[in-house]
Amino acid sequence: MNKMMSDKKVIALYILPSLLLLLTLVYIPIVMTGYYSFMKWDGIGRMEFIALDNYKELLKDKMFWKSVYHSFLLAVFSVISLAGYLAVSLVLSGKIKGAHLLRKIYLIPMLLSSVAIAQLWLRIYHPSNGMLNHFLLFLGIDDPPNWLADPSIALYSIFVPIIWQYAGFYILIYYAALKSIPASIMEAAIIDGANPWQLAYKIKLPLIAGVVKVTIVLAVVGSLKYFDLIYVMTGGGPNGASEVIASYMYQKAFRSFNFGYGSTVAFSLLLICVLVTWLIRKLTRSNEEIQY
Amino acid sequence: MLKKKAHSWLIGMMFVLALAVTGCSSSSSSNENGASPEDGKKVTLTFMHLWPAGSSKQHYMIVNDIIKEFEKENPNVTVKTEILENEQYKNKLKVLAASNELPDVGMTWAAGFLEPYVKGNLFAPLDDVLDGGLKDQFVSGTTEAYAVDNKTYALPLELNITPVYYNKEIFAKYHLEVPKTYEEFKHVVQTLVKNGVAPIALGNKDRWTGSMWYMYLADRIGGADTLKNAINGSGTFEDPGLIKAAEEVQNLVKMKAFIKGFNGLSNDEAKAEFTNEKAAMYLMGTWDLPQFTTNEDVPKEFRDKVGFFKFPVVEGGKGNVDSWVGGPGVGLFVAQNSKAKEEAKKFVRFFVEKWGEQSVTKAGVIPATKVNTANVDLPQMYIDVLNELNKASNITLFADVQMNPEAAQTHLNLIQSLFGEEVTPKDFAKQHQEVLSKTQ
Repeated sequence: MNKMMSDKKVIALYILPSLLLLLTLVYIPIVMTGYYSFMKWDGIGRMEFIALDNYKELLKDKMFWKSVYHSFLLAVFSVISLAGYLAVSLVLSGKIKGAHLLRKIYLIPMLLSSVAIAQLWLRIYHPSNGMLNHFLLFLGIDDPPNWLADPSIALYSIFVPIIWQYAGFYILIYYAALKSIPASIMEAAIIDGANPWQLAYKIKLPLIAGVVKVTIVLAVVGSLKYFDLIYVMTGGGPNGASEVIASYMYQKAFRSFNFGYGSTVAFSLLLICVLVTWLIRKLTRSNEEIQY
Repeated sequence: MLKKKAHSWLIGMMFVLALAVTGCSSSSSSNENGASPEDGKKVTLTFMHLWPAGSSKQHYMIVNDIIKEFEKENPNVTVKTEILENEQYKNKLKVLAASNELPDVGMTWAAGFLEPYVKGNLFAPLDDVLDGGLKDQFVSGTTEAYAVDNKTYALPLELNITPVYYNKEIFAKYHLEVPKTYEEFKHVVQTLVKNGVAPIALGNKDRWTGSMWYMYLADRIGGADTLKNAINGSGTFEDPGLIKAAEEVQNLVKMKAFIKGFNGLSNDEAKAEFTNEKAAMYLMGTWDLPQFTTNEDVPKEFRDKVGFFKFPVVEGGKGNVDSWVGGPGVGLFVAQNSKAKEEAKKFVRFFVEKWGEQSVTKAGVIPATKVNTANVDLPQMYIDVLNELNKASNITLFADVQMNPEAAQTHLNLIQSLFGEEVTPKDFAKQHQEVLSKTQ
């Protein structure tokens, strides 16, 4: 087997299939999108090269910047919610009763498909028959809000299910990281007289800092390119009040049939994601590599 | 040795897998199958439609019957179908168009949808099919919706108008009459609001639903041509009639005429309010007629309660009561690069004629060809609608279909803001005018 792995041709043969797949499904389309973004194209007829006109328009496009703002807002909320997930994981990884069951309960939303979650929350938010407004009426609030129809709260109303949806995922990651901290370190700290707060803050958190960094990148990038629930629940409406970058891209390419401009939005999204990832990595870089 | 064999087998399998996955995007070419149209030779027509057996069973069965009949009369032709659901159909059509691989015969929508395909020289003109009597069979004004520069590029199969459906029982309970004028209509709304019944079910998340309300008000106040002219550029959207119509929409919103949270509800959710008898009125296309007449899945007690009325006239307005918002739905096109164009045209002609005979009785679809109500056995509501159709003075095509896609999106978003009272009627008109003159 070792002999085989030293043969460059064999290595090439083995990586070729997945390389082909990646190229055709990911990298070539990215290059194509970049190419289309310089074109005026309705998706059907002939393309016309217009150089940077799409990008110039993008810079002036108020709706685009509004969607960028909404995406970043989602990213901020997602990162804040990470703290909550971390707290839950810290509790779960301690030896409490029913931790096993609770972990499964937290994970279930992740197993549901986005569309199912959207349908569920659409029913919760329904202005007259919804669970939430029924409850508010029961509490004596006469005119409960129209959660998804009111432009001032529609976006935040969708943030709730998005954050709920990913809770299980991040809790699982943190839980696994916390569980991999060797018991000997914890025991040593306890013998030294550390209380549970100190244990969590001084021992556990620094030890899983690497994982936390990764989840921040995941949460930020995932938020920036988020699409599913927004598309199903409001379609970006009312009048763009809940539009994010990805839904705006879809709107432009597949609703307005402006593929050139849609590609420009898509490519800008990619650039934004790369830039933000790089920034986060740079800001959180540390030289210490933790080894157990 | 054995190890080596297993090793190369593994690599082989991976290649097959990679090719299978990467290759499937280009394997659905339609023209490989299209034989040359020489006489007596076998010809295969590819036909793409959007009525799957699951969700549109009756449509699907009629299509199959027509194909069988056509193949029987033309033994040298085989028709191969490909069926996709609405949204997927639209996406696939686009992809096929981009690679110039459209099916020989397929379905398209009117005006704004069709235009890019015609400009890309992908659809064949069908005027020769219309010659020789077929043209007269269509309800006037329907084929025109598929015409670009005086050439017709598709033949419509469906025609829809939009009456206001209402719940007779709720109306009777509050001693309400069917409104003939807009004042009476407002009275109906006020009475219902006073009694805690939601007057109108509207799902304005989908936006085209609200657009229909605006269009009717524009038609009744400004007259049938004002909106049309504003859209095609010969008039202006800042016409006082069109601004007045926008004001009236906001008046209705202020009166709480529409169900709570309408801007966040989809059309289906709004329809549920109407069918659950929580809302009294519902403005919708005649494509929903089966649900209010023949569909056994809807309780009979409810179906018996549903009636319809024509959108009332506005006093002092220029529109008349027999002017409708509506338009043809899907139509059949023939691909310009089809290798069997003659057979394809023959098929389209055959299909349109047979469809016209069967669609309304078997599937409840009102065809774009004229229906003689004397010899068909139909629920009364259908007969009434068909008779109204024969009396119609004008049919205004849905605004978002009339406009090009870019302007249509702006229109739909503005409709949502208008209903949400986020834009003034003046700005509503101004922004329309801007986008329409920019994209003309």
